[in-house]
Amino acid sequence: MAKQDFPLIFELSQESRTGFSLPEFDVPESHIDKQLGDAFVRKNEPDLPEVSELQIMRHYTALSTRNHGVDSGFYPLGSCTMKYNPKVNEDIARLTGFSHIHPLQPIETVQGALELMYDLQEILAEITGMDSVTLQPAAGAHGEWTGLMMIRAFHEGNGDYNRTKVIVPDSAHGTNPASATVAGFEAVTVKSNDQGLVDLEDLKRVVDEQTAALMLTNPNTLGLFEEHIEEMASIIHEAGGKLYYDGANLNAILGYARPGDMGFDVVHLNLHKTFTGPHGGGGPGSGPVGVTAEFEPFLPKPILTKRKESYEFDYDRPKSIGRVKPYYGNFGINVRAYTYIRTMGAEGLKKVSEYAVLNANYMMRRLQGEYELPFDRHCKHEFILSGRLQKKLGVRTLDIAKRLLDFGYHPPTIYFPINVEEAIMAEPTETESKETLDAFVDAMLQIAEEAKNEPEKVQEAPHTTIVSRMDETTAARKPILRYQKEN
Amino acid sequence: MEFRYLPMTEQDKQEMLSTIGVKSTDELFADIPESVRYNGELKIKPPKNEYALTKELTQLANRNVDTKSHTSFLGAGVYDHYIPSIVDHVISRSEFYTAYTPYQPEISQGELQAIFEFQTMICELTGMDVANSSMYDGGTALAEAVNLSAGQTKKQKVLVSKAIHPESLAVIYSYAKGPGVEIVEIEHVNGVTDLDQLEKELDENTASVVLQYPNFFGQIERLDRVRELVDQQKKTMMITSSNPLALGYLTPPGEFGADIVVGDAQVFGIPAQFGGPHCGYFATTKKLMRKVPGRLVGQTKDEEGRRGFVLTLQAREQHIRRDKATSNICSNQALNALASSAAMSSLGKQGLKRMAWLNIQKASYMKDQLERAGFEIPFSGAFFNELVVKLNDDIETVNRKLLERGIIGGYDLSRDNRKLKNHMLIAVTEVRTKEEIDQFVKEVGDICG
Repeated sequence: MAKQDFPLIFELSQESRTGFSLPEFDVPESHIDKQLGDAFVRKNEPDLPEVSELQIMRHYTALSTRNHGVDSGFYPLGSCTMKYNPKVNEDIARLTGFSHIHPLQPIETVQGALELMYDLQEILAEITGMDSVTLQPAAGAHGEWTGLMMIRAFHEGNGDYNRTKVIVPDSAHGTNPASATVAGFEAVTVKSNDQGLVDLEDLKRVVDEQTAALMLTNPNTLGLFEEHIEEMASIIHEAGGKLYYDGANLNAILGYARPGDMGFDVVHLNLHKTFTGPHGGGGPGSGPVGVTAEFEPFLPKPILTKRKESYEFDYDRPKSIGRVKPYYGNFGINVRAYTYIRTMGAEGLKKVSEYAVLNANYMMRRLQGEYELPFDRHCKHEFILSGRLQKKLGVRTLDIAKRLLDFGYHPPTIYFPINVEEAIMAEPTETESKETLDAFVDAMLQIAEEAKNEPEKVQEAPHTTIVSRMDETTAARKPILRYQKEN
Repeated sequence: MEFRYLPMTEQDKQEMLSTIGVKSTDELFADIPESVRYNGELKIKPPKNEYALTKELTQLANRNVDTKSHTSFLGAGVYDHYIPSIVDHVISRSEFYTAYTPYQPEISQGELQAIFEFQTMICELTGMDVANSSMYDGGTALAEAVNLSAGQTKKQKVLVSKAIHPESLAVIYSYAKGPGVEIVEIEHVNGVTDLDQLEKELDENTASVVLQYPNFFGQIERLDRVRELVDQQKKTMMITSSNPLALGYLTPPGEFGADIVVGDAQVFGIPAQFGGPHCGYFATTKKLMRKVPGRLVGQTKDEEGRRGFVLTLQAREQHIRRDKATSNICSNQALNALASSAAMSSLGKQGLKRMAWLNIQKASYMKDQLERAGFEIPFSGAFFNELVVKLNDDIETVNRKLLERGIIGGYDLSRDNRKLKNHMLIAVTEVRTKEEIDQFVKEVGDICG
């Protein structure tokens, strides 16, 4: 460790210092080493840090101050829906009756948990316009794969083994083609047109009797509503394929439109986006999947059923794709989402989308001009700018993002979607005030000015963060993925 | 109705509409064709105020029987352990839990360093070179390991011990369907994997051999002998799923030459929460470093030469490599990895060993007491903190009666295996007292006597 480095917890360690308080040893001692046998008794102890409780608390508190969250400041990260994470959700999820229950307890001892899960399934089905929902998938990508496996099982159930291709737009999230591969499909790309929407002619070109499904987000990752959705649905359905909805962008249309009504057959949701499950620095999430009635037999098992006033799990599901996760999903995240939905109700959820869309359009219009707007039309919950004007001045989108750090903002998503050059993708969410949006826009406009007049200020940013730009090339070429004690 | 998460005033709204150049927000939704527009009101219960909702949901939670008010001997993959108070205080720092994936390292050093420390701790525990930033859970981590082995070795057959967690086995089957991996189940004899059958099934088409260590019945598998068998084939990998707490006292799979070690860190600082979210981990060798699924944090330097951390080797991942990625995983269990790190830091080197030792000691005591009371312990091998007892009654019935006495009984093994009728899998962790163990034995004696 060099002098200016922030210490790792291992570097605080002193032999024989303790930070634990373990229960008493209150039973007669057994000769366990003898029972285990010499080969199975560990000789080289794992080198965990030996630190006191206060040291641990200070260490992590200091680390937290070296991190930016939604509670620290604005986080307009496109496609991630970084909205406020309500505190009551955290309290409810920590209630002993939710947090300290075992998934394999007798069913009659967990009826409260099952009622919540059942009610949440019904609500999500209502919001998406689908017939049934499973809460088993742990995150969005997990939901995608689960949905695709159901589509595969559906086709195979019809004796149709030739549907090996899944179509994804060039603007799709990376998880879409990756999930297709993991589910055993070949990903085929359909192009976007100059309006930022799926090119219907290209769709007609790539669709054929091998098409298993089209994966789509709507609004798409450019923040635009695919207004020809019904025509797309019929192109796919007429070819015998199915329509998959990536729910990453559901925050734009709550109460305004439902994937089920647009013709989608299978839908996943990201409860950690639209429904305020905190992102946790990368997880845990929750990725429920909703389906139309014809897909019900293929849902992961067990499914939750209601008999009069009691709930139980049904494992007798011969056509099910099987289990996608041990137990029943990320229950703790589902509790948070449920608490949020019950706080908002139908009226509140519709307002969520109203303001998410209003905020995005407002920011987009204020930034238009100084930044290039590739698709000049109303956006939904997020919008795309291009840094092409600034690039001509020698300032890249990456530089703009880094300069925003100096203003205390997390930058928008950059270089995504991949079909827009120097893309800047911003999603303000509905939980931000007008003052915050204005201040952010002002910062962006100032940076646009700096790009013209003092580009090095942007190129060399950030100037105020605790560390400057990282050498990512060396990190990848000579990976150091764990701490090693210096000898 | 006003909503506390929505800050816009009517005046704000009007100003914003005027900047946009529209009269109402409805105009912004005009691109949704009328035919797919939803014009109804969603059938969801009306909004509820914070006090009333908290009261309602607290009552709902109270309808569950929890492991705080009852004494639990239920494990089978999810355990009741000591959780240091500091863990929840650490993960409640909202700079951590309201952050996204640390793609901007300058303002994410806290999360990145915490994950780097987590990776290090998992390497230490498992005896492996490399660990990732977490997986959804132990079951899906194991399924990803199986598919990785097939992809890496270009072999399609995987031998899976039936002494692994039955729900993990089910997940393996679901995941294997994508790449078309063939799963061959290996039976167990006397509570451990049948190595004779394993040897027979092992051939040049075998991508990997999968065991749980300690296994689902709590028994210690002979990883030394498994490695010898695996070494008879070229490239075949040894994969284990391991309760990381057990590795505080048992020789880690890495020292037996495991190629991939996965498991769940729920045992460190994460409550059961009805089965999730927990915290899968994935550890492997340097050789397989570039095949690892999910995010990896690496150490580097900034422009001034200061140590710092970044997400690295991202060319493996879906957002770069798309359909050629090593996995589709994106979100993982970062916050729970942080909880486990705080719990592991709290235990430290000595505490970890002590805690693992306490688990073995207390489980041994349970076994002795059950035997003394005349119950059959069908499996004779060494074990960690779980053991199987055979009763002369149906386990579901026994558990119902135990519940009346304030005890959550063990896992009914007949759920997965008809041959194990009347067999209960009991978990005894460090938090169970001698008094509770004695009471359990007494009650089971009364019920089955």
